[in-house]
Amino acid sequence: MNKEALHEMCKTIREDILTMTHEAGSGHPGGSLSAVEIMTALYFTDIFRCDPKNPSWPERDRFILSKGHAAPVLYSVLCRKGFFGEEHLKTLRKLGSILQGHPHRQSTPGLDASSGSLGQGLSIANGMAMGYKKMGIDGRIYCLIGDGELQEGQIWEAAMTAAQQKLDNVCAIVDNNHVQLDGMTEDICNMEPVAGKWREFNWHVICVNGNSLEEMYSAYKEAMATKGRPTVIVAETTKGKGVSFMENQSSWHGLAPNDEQYKEAMTEVEAE
Amino acid sequence: MSKIPPRDGYGKALLKLAETNDKFIVLDGDVAMSTRTCWIRDKYPEKFVDIGISEQDMVGTAAGLALSGMVPFATTYCVFLAGRAWDQIRTAVAYGDANVKLAGAHAGINVGPDGASHQSMEDAALMRVLPNMTVIAPCDAVETEKAILAVADHNGPAFVRFGREAMEVITDEDTPFEIGKARLVRDGEDVAIFANGPMVYEAIKAADELAKEGISALVADVHTIKPLDEEFIIAAAKKTGAVVTAEDHQKIGALGGAVCECLSENCPTPVTRVGMPDTFGESGKMEELMAKYGLDCPAIVKAAKRSISMKK
Repeated sequence: MNKEALHEMCKTIREDILTMTHEAGSGHPGGSLSAVEIMTALYFTDIFRCDPKNPSWPERDRFILSKGHAAPVLYSVLCRKGFFGEEHLKTLRKLGSILQGHPHRQSTPGLDASSGSLGQGLSIANGMAMGYKKMGIDGRIYCLIGDGELQEGQIWEAAMTAAQQKLDNVCAIVDNNHVQLDGMTEDICNMEPVAGKWREFNWHVICVNGNSLEEMYSAYKEAMATKGRPTVIVAETTKGKGVSFMENQSSWHGLAPNDEQYKEAMTEVEAE
Repeated sequence: MSKIPPRDGYGKALLKLAETNDKFIVLDGDVAMSTRTCWIRDKYPEKFVDIGISEQDMVGTAAGLALSGMVPFATTYCVFLAGRAWDQIRTAVAYGDANVKLAGAHAGINVGPDGASHQSMEDAALMRVLPNMTVIAPCDAVETEKAILAVADHNGPAFVRFGREAMEVITDEDTPFEIGKARLVRDGEDVAIFANGPMVYEAIKAADELAKEGISALVADVHTIKPLDEEFIIAAAKKTGAVVTAEDHQKIGALGGAVCECLSENCPTPVTRVGMPDTFGESGKMEELMAKYGLDCPAIVKAAKRSISMKK
């Protein structure tokens, strides 16, 4: 995909996120919108190896959405990648849907793990990475973590394990949008310096603008080339990115747009 | 009758699996000496990972290993595995239907002197409520070995609890073991005693005591708490009309709870539960604690008489 097509894909995914949450009447647009470039640079370039026609290809790269509430961004990506048809998007959070409120592995083609209880994804990623090394599979494991989620102790248990086991096939991405459900992360339980913490845990750390496709792409390439230790990309992002009235607002962490807000948001994304 | 720690059965099963299953891997949480995973560590280091003192991470890692195609055995003390990592077991293992084997060592009151913090008396109840989970409490070291080999072949999450101390070995190589199938130890007419773990031995002794008083007791090893062998339970209850459950666990929520649920829905029968009476334990010798908290043969004899007296 060329630069322009990638940019267009980001717009489509933002529109999907708004449409899905609006249609569902609930969900988490803020932390989905912040991660659009993180996901697009991963899935719609030469970085992530998967086969939508064969979702359970045993040697595929794997992606774990540890911040499971951002399911809409992942569902949109999987849909646009061809894992399932567009008609499913509007079924998000509805009875019988393949798109559960938080990721359920067995329900959705292309999903690699169930999540929703924060703090667990990195451990799962480590296990997959260990398994791949044991079985001689060279696939890579990606795990998206929220900055608020870093408050969960298990993340740091997993950070120690990945470094100890030299899991250079693990690439964690921190969606550092500085906002959590109850307010600003720095006011509730400040995680800064985020990069410094990971460095002290013996990870290779790359700091980028996480809303820049180019910077995310280069970071993924650098992570691939890093041997002997795991890499974390600390992606500085804006929560609610692309919809001005949602940006940096904790109130939009877990709130769906009403009809009027939806219209306004779609117009803004389209005009971008 | 020889005495062997059930955990030795776990260690022996792992050594067998290392030879026969190329996807097999063992995780431990810094208790490898106690759980006998040190036997694997020393002989097959490439099949062993010590995660450190981080049970939640260990269970998540096991889920990832399973999803990548491996067959992981996540091992630590029962109390920390089922308790501390319950949410990880729920979301990453059970909800994700990951093929993880959870090996709960030091189950029950027999860790004695360590005290209540280490006496795992709630784990089977915690595991039993989880959809997709298989829960097994073998009766001795030999059955523990068989249960571990069986869950390795079973596709899906499974939890096996086994004790620390040397205990009587009451089964042998030829004793049948099948996940989900209760094993009739002794037939009887007047009362059915459903037991698992070390309480199977106590139940056999109780049946001998009852026989002296002319009471004929059926004894069954209900090693699989979930899925419960309902057909067997109902048939035995119908035949005897009086039931006792006995387990090295809280009375609430595990075998006793499962049997009561099954019988009250299908074949209401008087049931008396033998187990930890909704209290925490304390430091002491295994035998002292079993006597004090009613986890022994005399408690089962008393319970059998109570259930028989309630027959309509």
